[in-house]
Amino acid sequence: MITDIVIVVAAALLAGVYVSWRAGRIDRLHARVEMARAALDVTLLRRSSVALELATSGLLDPATSLLLAGAVHGTRQGGSGGMGPPGQDSGRPRDLAESDLTRALRAAFSQPGFRSSLSGKEGADELLAEVEAAAHQVFLARKFYNDMVAATREARNRPLARLLRLSGKAKAPEFFEMDDSLVAENTGASLGL
Amino acid sequence: MKIGITCPYSWDVPGGVQQHIRDLAEALIDEGHEVSVISPADDDTPLPPYVTGAGRAVPVPYNGSVARLSFGFLSVSRVRRWIREGGFDVLHVHEPEIPSLSLLACWVASGPIVATFHTAIPRSRVLLVTYPVVRTGMEKINGRIAVSEAARTTLVEHIGGDAVVIPNGVATRRYRKADPLPGWPGPGGAIGFLGRLDEPRKGLAVLLKAFEILGPQRPGLRLLVAGRAADAEEVLHRVPAGLRDRVVLLGQVSEEDKVRVLHSVDVFCSPNTGGESFGIVTAEAMAAGVPIVASDIEAFRQVLRGGEAGELFAAGDAADLARAAGRLLDDDSRRAELSAAALAAVADYDWSVVARAVFSVYETVVLGSTQVAVTAAGGEFS
Repeated sequence: MITDIVIVVAAALLAGVYVSWRAGRIDRLHARVEMARAALDVTLLRRSSVALELATSGLLDPATSLLLAGAVHGTRQGGSGGMGPPGQDSGRPRDLAESDLTRALRAAFSQPGFRSSLSGKEGADELLAEVEAAAHQVFLARKFYNDMVAATREARNRPLARLLRLSGKAKAPEFFEMDDSLVAENTGASLGL
Repeated sequence: MKIGITCPYSWDVPGGVQQHIRDLAEALIDEGHEVSVISPADDDTPLPPYVTGAGRAVPVPYNGSVARLSFGFLSVSRVRRWIREGGFDVLHVHEPEIPSLSLLACWVASGPIVATFHTAIPRSRVLLVTYPVVRTGMEKINGRIAVSEAARTTLVEHIGGDAVVIPNGVATRRYRKADPLPGWPGPGGAIGFLGRLDEPRKGLAVLLKAFEILGPQRPGLRLLVAGRAADAEEVLHRVPAGLRDRVVLLGQVSEEDKVRVLHSVDVFCSPNTGGESFGIVTAEAMAAGVPIVASDIEAFRQVLRGGEAGELFAAGDAADLARAAGRLLDDDSRRAELSAAALAAVADYDWSVVARAVFSVYETVVLGSTQVAVTAAGGEFS
């Protein structure tokens, strides 16, 4: 009789510990999504500001400059769109605006002879390298963020987590999809045109 | 007079600005002037003799939509060569605030420059923010033309300075007569639409919503839709299944077929929700004498004389459009009245009238000025 009670209590304790561990894990995953989101946000902002620096550097012709400046402006105006609200919810969703900037950069960089036309100009090589580095960081940060989102969503969707509502009031994190490749694959097709 | 005109958008893609430039150039040539146009164009596009191709345009996102533009140092050197060889008395750039050939031409040229602004952008800060980038080029412009009050307001608010308003022209005689497409308009009546299907500001969505209301009430009524779309299937799927066979999508049509489309419908609809500065398509429909129902945006209000030459409905309001179109479809005498009023109103916009007004701007800016030349400072890419 007493052993039965001990077994039941022990089982209940174990189950409680297990459930709370699962809840804690989901909570930690959400926190890590937040960190990944902040990192992605920083890389996007850095890419925008380097692109703006290139646009206003006087190295490019005014049409290319204007194209880049317009695209940067679009990212600053962008609303949420997949990744929560860093900007106001006005203008184009952020994922589309950031993809637009990628395409504008790609259009500028993929002109035949683009680099050779700039090389030798004061600061040009450094600035181009910075733009490319910033774009690559966006690619990495977005990958990490989406990995984290996938893991979190998976943990939230397990039957026990759903049954006991282990994720509480936290909203399911959203993937952030955008075009982030500076390499022109096949101009028309990669632009989705 | 030797006139050089720059077109910012690809010549092989139909569009309001390209058509404006073509009609203006041809009207000026008719008056005996020497005209050369430089425009982005694919290498294998057949071009009229007065057009110089500036190479393939690149599709890029700009200001919320995708445009085919020419930019970069190769375009710069082509524009320089064209100006140097042209020996123009006046340079006429179109949409110099767009990152393309016109902006580059302003940058590399000196001498008398006239600019035409086509776009009306409400509350957009993109021009304001990017203006410092283009200021040097813009400050060389001697005379500015806006194609509508709305475009002029955009210019005044975002860039400063002023412009004379010279509305777009319509080659009215080209639209006057055409055979309807076989089987149109049909006994149940037909409503027509022309324009990009996937450009939200063109307002096709509003018209489709209105057709959801009108369609069930009028079993024979059909919708004739002509224009480019990335995904025509998707457009059709927005229509309820029962009405789908009464919506006919023609895709992109040739100039001749466009006129036939206008003559194939009982009522032409311009449901634009904004971003339109003049509404060239609406004016063409007027020249064809089709009764028009249009949204009450500023540009349409003006060209339709505040509703005298066409029925207006509240922009974006599908129910109001359905009401207005339904009333027109039922009233033969009102349609005949609007058709006559539209033909009369559109005569003011004929290209011969417009080209003379543009030419008087040229005459003003060349006074006491030298020929157009290439500046030493602008665009040293070689």
